[in-house]
Amino acid sequence: MHIELRGITKCFGALRANDNISFAVPPSSIHGILGENGAGKSTLMKILSGFYSPDSGDILLDGKKVRIASPADAIRHGIGMLHQDPLDFPPLKVIDDFILGSKGNLIPNHKSATREFRELAARFGFSIDPESYVDTLTVGERQQLEILRLLWLGARALILDEPTTGISLPQKEKLFATLKKLASEGMTILFVSHKLEDVEALCNKVSVLRQGKLVGSVDPPFATGALVEMMFGKEIALEPKAQLRFGSNVLHIKHVDLEGIRIQIKGLDLQVRAGEVIGLAGMEGSGQTLFLGACAGLAQPVGGSFCLDEDEKDMTGRTYHEFRKHGVAYLPAARLEQALVPGLTLTEHFILSEGMKGLFIDRKKAEALAKSRIQVFNIKGRPDSTVESLSGGNQQRALLALMRDPLKLILVEHPTRGLDIESTIYIWNKLKERCARGTSIIFISADLDEILKYSDRVLVFFAGRVSPPLEASTLSVERLGRLIGGKDWETLETEAAHA
Amino acid sequence: MNNSALFVSLGGVLASAAPVLFAVIGETISERAGVLNLSMNGMILLSAMGSFAVALSTGSVVLGFLAGALIGALVSLVVVFASLTLLQSQVAVGFVLALLCRDLSYFLGSPIMGQVGPRISQLPIPGLEQIPVLGTILFRQDMMTYLSFILVILAWFFIFKTRPGLTLRGIGERPAAAFVRGANVNRLRYLYAVLGGAIAGLAGPIYSLSVKAGWKGTISGLDGIGWIVLSITIFGGWKPFRAAFGAYLFAFLQWLGLVLQPSLPSVPSQVLQVAPFPLMILTLLFVNIGNAEWVERSLARLPENVRRDIAKVLRAMNATPPAALGVPFEKE
Repeated sequence: MHIELRGITKCFGALRANDNISFAVPPSSIHGILGENGAGKSTLMKILSGFYSPDSGDILLDGKKVRIASPADAIRHGIGMLHQDPLDFPPLKVIDDFILGSKGNLIPNHKSATREFRELAARFGFSIDPESYVDTLTVGERQQLEILRLLWLGARALILDEPTTGISLPQKEKLFATLKKLASEGMTILFVSHKLEDVEALCNKVSVLRQGKLVGSVDPPFATGALVEMMFGKEIALEPKAQLRFGSNVLHIKHVDLEGIRIQIKGLDLQVRAGEVIGLAGMEGSGQTLFLGACAGLAQPVGGSFCLDEDEKDMTGRTYHEFRKHGVAYLPAARLEQALVPGLTLTEHFILSEGMKGLFIDRKKAEALAKSRIQVFNIKGRPDSTVESLSGGNQQRALLALMRDPLKLILVEHPTRGLDIESTIYIWNKLKERCARGTSIIFISADLDEILKYSDRVLVFFAGRVSPPLEASTLSVERLGRLIGGKDWETLETEAAHA
Repeated sequence: MNNSALFVSLGGVLASAAPVLFAVIGETISERAGVLNLSMNGMILLSAMGSFAVALSTGSVVLGFLAGALIGALVSLVVVFASLTLLQSQVAVGFVLALLCRDLSYFLGSPIMGQVGPRISQLPIPGLEQIPVLGTILFRQDMMTYLSFILVILAWFFIFKTRPGLTLRGIGERPAAAFVRGANVNRLRYLYAVLGGAIAGLAGPIYSLSVKAGWKGTISGLDGIGWIVLSITIFGGWKPFRAAFGAYLFAFLQWLGLVLQPSLPSVPSQVLQVAPFPLMILTLLFVNIGNAEWVERSLARLPENVRRDIAKVLRAMNATPPAALGVPFEKE
C-alpha cells in the first residue's frame, strides 16, 4: 500500500504535536520514524491508525484521500497498528485473543481459526501454542501474536510503535527478519523508534521528527552522528566508563533457592562489592525479576541467606521495610503503578519520601525542597505537577530524586526502558555518581548494549538457570545474546571449572 | 427424616436458590462488561415489591415478572448512566441506590403488605418426575427454577462460546484493546449492564411470586440477599457454573440451618439463621487465600512436594476479576 501524508497538523491546546508533516511511504518498504520522546511520533501514528483525527491535512492511501474514523476503521482500510504495549487480552487464550474483533458467525469456528493461526505462524517460524494463555507469553511473543492477527485481518500496512522495547535479542532478530520478509512481499511498514541502531539496521528510509516538525528524511547509509543531531539539534556524548575501585561486600548472597510462579532458581551465590554495578540479563520471565525482588525482601527465598554489609547482617526472611532501613532501595519497572502515586504532586512525593516529622506539613520547606531537587535532577515539571503528567524520562528522574542519600544498594528494573537517549545518559550519569560514592547497583535490562555498557559484572538468567558472574569487559553482545537464548551454557560451565 | 422427605427438601433447596442464581448470573454479565452494580440488595427488594404489586393489581404473574425485569433494568440504567455518561463512581452510586431502593420498597409497599396475591405453581414434568430420587429433586419444580437451570447453561455458552461473548469478556478485561478491535465499548457496557440488571431483577418476582410469596415489608427476609449475591459473584470467579455452585451452597447452608434447629435446642435460632452469611465469607476468604502474602510465606516452610500440590489447588481456586471492573473507559 502506498501511504502519503500531506500537511498533517494536530494541536493539543497550545501544544502543536504535529506541525505540517508531509511524507510518503511506497509499498515494499520499511520506513523509520525517529525522534526523541515527545517529538510527535506517537501522535502522528495515532492519526494514521484512527485514534485521532488531524486538525488539518490529508491521508492518501494508494492515491485516494481517506478519512480514518477509528482504529477499527483503519484496519478496514488495511492499516494495522502494533502498540508498544501490545493491546491484547492477558487472561484470554491465544486463540480467543486472535479471534476477538474478527467478523463472522455468532459462534466462531475455533477449528478453522486455529488452523489458519498455525499456518500463519508457520510462515514466519513463530511457535506460539494457540491454546496457551496470553499472560504466559513474553512481550516478544505477544507482538508476534498481534502481527499474525493483523495479517489475518488483511492488513497491508503495519505501524510498529517502539517494538524493540522489552523484548530479547533473539526475539528482536526474529522480528526484524519477519518485517523484512513482509516488506519483500509488498507490505508497507512504518517503524517508530528512538533507538538509532534499530532504525539503522532495518529501514530503507528514515524520517526524523523534532518538536512536532519533520526535520528531514534520510536515505541509507545512515550516519549516526547526523541522525542524533537531527533528533536533538545538538550532539550528545556519553561519559566514558570510569574505572572504580570496589570496596568491601555490600550484599552477600549465600546459596539461595528461589521459587516463583513458573520459575525456580537453585543455589545462587553472589558477592556484591561497594560501588559495583551488576547487570542481570535474560529474556523476560527467566528469573531475574524474582531474584531482584528477593534482594529487596519482596520475595522470600526457599533456602539460603541474604547478608548485608561487612558485618554480614543476616536479612533472610525480613520485609522490604527492614531492607529499606538498611539502605536498600528498589525501583520497579512500572513507574506509575508501583513506584509513584498518581494524583500526587512532586512536592507531595518529596514530603512522603523524606518522612518529615510533625503532624502538619511544612509547605514552604517542602516546596523549597521540591524546587531544589527539580533543578538538581533537571526534571521538566513544576513542584505542583502531578507525577502522571510527566513524561517517562522525567518520571524516572523524579524517582532518582526521591531516593534517599546515602544508600548502600540500589535495585533497578529496566532503568531506561522507553526513555530517549538524552534521558538514558542522564539517568546513568546520576546512578554512576552514586557508585562513585560507594553505592552498589543491581539492574535488570532487556537492552544488551545497556547491560554491557554500564555493568561491571553480568549475571545471565535462562529459565531459572543463573550463570556465574561474568566480567562485562570480556563479553560481546553476540555472546550475551546466545547465552540469553540458552546456548553456549556448557562452555560457561567448563570455563567456570577452569577458573 | 425419611428419604423421600429429604429429597423433597433438597428440591426445595434448588428452588430457593433460583432467585439467587438469576441475580448472580445478571451481576456476572454486568461485571464481565466492567460495570459493578452494587445496588443489587435494594434492587431485589424493589423488584420483589413492585412485581408483587403489579401481579396483585392485574392478576397476571407474567406481568409481574416483566415488571421485575423492568425494575432491574431501570436501576442498572441509573448506575451505568451515572458512571459511563456522568463519569461518577460506580461504587458510590451503587451504594446509594442499594439503600434508596430498599427504603423505597418498604415505603411504597406498605399498602400491599401482607395481602394474598397470585403465585406461580409447581410444574412437574410428566415422565421425568417419575425418575427415582432425581425426579423428586429436579423435575417437580416451578417454571422459574427450570429456567434457572437453563440460564446458567445459556450464560456459560454465551460468555465462553460465542463471538459477542468473547467481546463481552474483552470490554471488561481491556476496553482499550476491545475498542481498537471495533467494539463500541460504552454502548456494549450499557447493553450488558441493563441486560444483566433485567435478569437480576427477575430475582425479585421469583421471591414475591413463588419462593417467599407475597410482600411482608421489613420482615420479608429478603434484606441482605443482594449482598450475598455480590459475594457469590466473586466466589463464582465470574463463571456461571462456579457461581451456580456458590448459589446452591448458600441455599443449602440456609436449609441446613432450618433442619438443624430442632436438634440443637440450646443454640439460639438467630445463630443458625445468620450462620450462612459468615460461612459464605469464610468460603470467600478460603477461595482467594492463595493471594495472601502470609500464606506464601508459610507455604515456603512446607516440604517441597506438599507445597507444590497445595499451590496448585490454591491457584485453581483463585479467581481474578475482570481487569477493568468499575473503571470507566475513555478513548484518549
